[in-house]
Amino acid sequence: MDLSFVILVEVLYAIASLVLISAGLAVVFGMMKVINLAHGEFMMLGGYATITAVGLGVNVFVAMLIIAPLIVGLIGLVVERLVIRHLYGRLVDTMLATWGLSLVFIGLAKMIFGNTTTGISTPIPGFAVGNYQISGYNFFIILVAVALVIAMFAVLRGTRAGLIARGTMQRADMAAALGYSPDRIYMATFFCGSALSGLAGAVLAPLVGLVPTSGGAYIAKAFITVIAGGPSLIAGLVSSAASFGFVNQIFTFAISPVIGEVALLVAAVVVLRLIPQGITSRFFKGKL
Amino acid sequence: MSLNRRTFLGRSAALATTSLMPMAVLAADSIKLGSILDTSGPFDAYGKPMDQAMRLAVSEINEAGGLLGRQVEVTAYDTQSDMALYSQYGQQLTRQDQVDVVHGGILSASREAIRQTMRKTNTLYFYNVLYEGGVCDRNIFINGVTPAQQVEALVPYAMKNSGKKVYILAADYNYGQITARWIQKFVAENGGEVVGTDFFPLDVSDFGSTIAKVQTAAPDLVIAPLVGGAHLSFFRQWAAAGMKDKIALASTTLGVGNEHKVLTPEEGNGIMCAYNYSQELDTAENAAFKAKWAGMFDGDQSMHEIAVSHYHGINTWAEGVRQAGSLDRMAIIEALETGISITGPGGKVTVDPKTHHAVLDVHLMKMQDQKMEVVETLPQRQPVDTQAVCDLSANPDDNTQYEIDI
Repeated sequence: MDLSFVILVEVLYAIASLVLISAGLAVVFGMMKVINLAHGEFMMLGGYATITAVGLGVNVFVAMLIIAPLIVGLIGLVVERLVIRHLYGRLVDTMLATWGLSLVFIGLAKMIFGNTTTGISTPIPGFAVGNYQISGYNFFIILVAVALVIAMFAVLRGTRAGLIARGTMQRADMAAALGYSPDRIYMATFFCGSALSGLAGAVLAPLVGLVPTSGGAYIAKAFITVIAGGPSLIAGLVSSAASFGFVNQIFTFAISPVIGEVALLVAAVVVLRLIPQGITSRFFKGKL
Repeated sequence: MSLNRRTFLGRSAALATTSLMPMAVLAADSIKLGSILDTSGPFDAYGKPMDQAMRLAVSEINEAGGLLGRQVEVTAYDTQSDMALYSQYGQQLTRQDQVDVVHGGILSASREAIRQTMRKTNTLYFYNVLYEGGVCDRNIFINGVTPAQQVEALVPYAMKNSGKKVYILAADYNYGQITARWIQKFVAENGGEVVGTDFFPLDVSDFGSTIAKVQTAAPDLVIAPLVGGAHLSFFRQWAAAGMKDKIALASTTLGVGNEHKVLTPEEGNGIMCAYNYSQELDTAENAAFKAKWAGMFDGDQSMHEIAVSHYHGINTWAEGVRQAGSLDRMAIIEALETGISITGPGGKVTVDPKTHHAVLDVHLMKMQDQKMEVVETLPQRQPVDTQAVCDLSANPDDNTQYEIDI
């Protein structure tokens, strides 16, 4: 009984961390069709922003939930103005440009923070469930992921800004004809996507030893989750994160963490072979 | 200015000779020590103090008048915690820089990446790091503790303080794999039982599911030969889950990179380990060493197990050169094979002629308030694991890393 609860928490945690890792990319790649290969580096910058802020004496939750997303969002804004906006609609070119950006960010992080491992302790203590101890921080990650999905849904579905953003992504010319500036809307959307990446890097920072090349660990998982999710933004994100997180943790518990990672990748290959357009091209059709 | 063929050739010849001159003079004047270490990247916690130890040892040798009346000059490369760079810089040190000796390599993977290059180019090689044992090669000298010196002492000590059921969490490369087998052997010999073994690639930093899995096996003791910055998060997450006071923890690597100073006392207290060196060793040599280190590096006190091994290694090599009275590789090897001893901050270290490993003291320790308190000292332990399989005096052409079979 206790064990099944522990496994449930770990599975939910794996799903939540996949949702967090992929949310920013879902906006930038899923919505805007920009292949952002610097996504992992945005997360890495979020982590460094948190650690630096904590080092300056800021409360760790303020650093993670407010400062890091803002800083990374602003970096994203600069990147969008300088590089990305010239490349909308040119898939291969954005790929090359953002890959270059990722190298620049890694280099800059090495120069500023040093090529060394840094980290902060998890701010939430563990607690007991029956005979087991679980990390309280897992619940925090799950909570953040749930809040994030609800907030994304509410903004995209419930607000005028969300409606305009979705409309612009589908038909920029019509949005322009109705008096909205696609240029501004793209800019704002990229800001939001970057901020989400920063948030993910920030809340995951206490769990990892952060090095300037940390971003590389996230990028593959993020792309797999978003691509396997398919056309629907939120339904796709949640459904593919749920499937992969579940597979990953079950194999981790049954065999070993390495096999868990392998199982995740195998599952992704199988899903994309059977449903090349992604999960939401067959299920949850037409959902957001 | 007009330039015809004759003056051009004349000038370039002159240029070439002048540019060669200082090199030739230098080569006759100084002894070249090649250093190859990860001084950046996830393994820099190991490599940076090793680099400092090397520079301290070399500056001491030079201040005392050098070796054979010549100064020692360092050629150092930073391999950035990237195993691919070891092969590249290993080639560069031996073929381009043509150094007289190479000291370095941290992870066992890095040692194996360059060991054959050193052998092929007849470059004497010192690997001064605690490792899984079994390397049998006349061209290499090894100063670190091996499992028979360390694990054999650590396992009964840790089991006595906890219980018979042991769970192993190891790094997934040759060091972790082979050390895990040694742990299994010694646990069985001490009447215990290994209830689980898991391996982790060096970049894994999320141990949540592992911690839950360990609890389902309900061991009395976890032994963790984990390596590098990413794996350090295991000890954080273990403490964050509140496991630290429920299941005892021992490690064959924690503290080697001064991790006990990175972890908070709440995270580190009570973790058991066994090494050749601790900063808390109460000897005159250690006090003098710490003072010299502080003097050279502005009060820094980051020396650790393998930095001290490195320091021992360089001094052993220097003693070998002095006794050989030449820089000839075979002469130095034969001098070292007479069983040279030096006394360093970690106590007396003697070259074992049969295996080219070291006979040294091992101390059982417990982490307390970011210190490694010495609990018990086991003097002058032989590398019996390697001695059982390797005899370089009978078989000087051996070039294998023997592994333990269970």
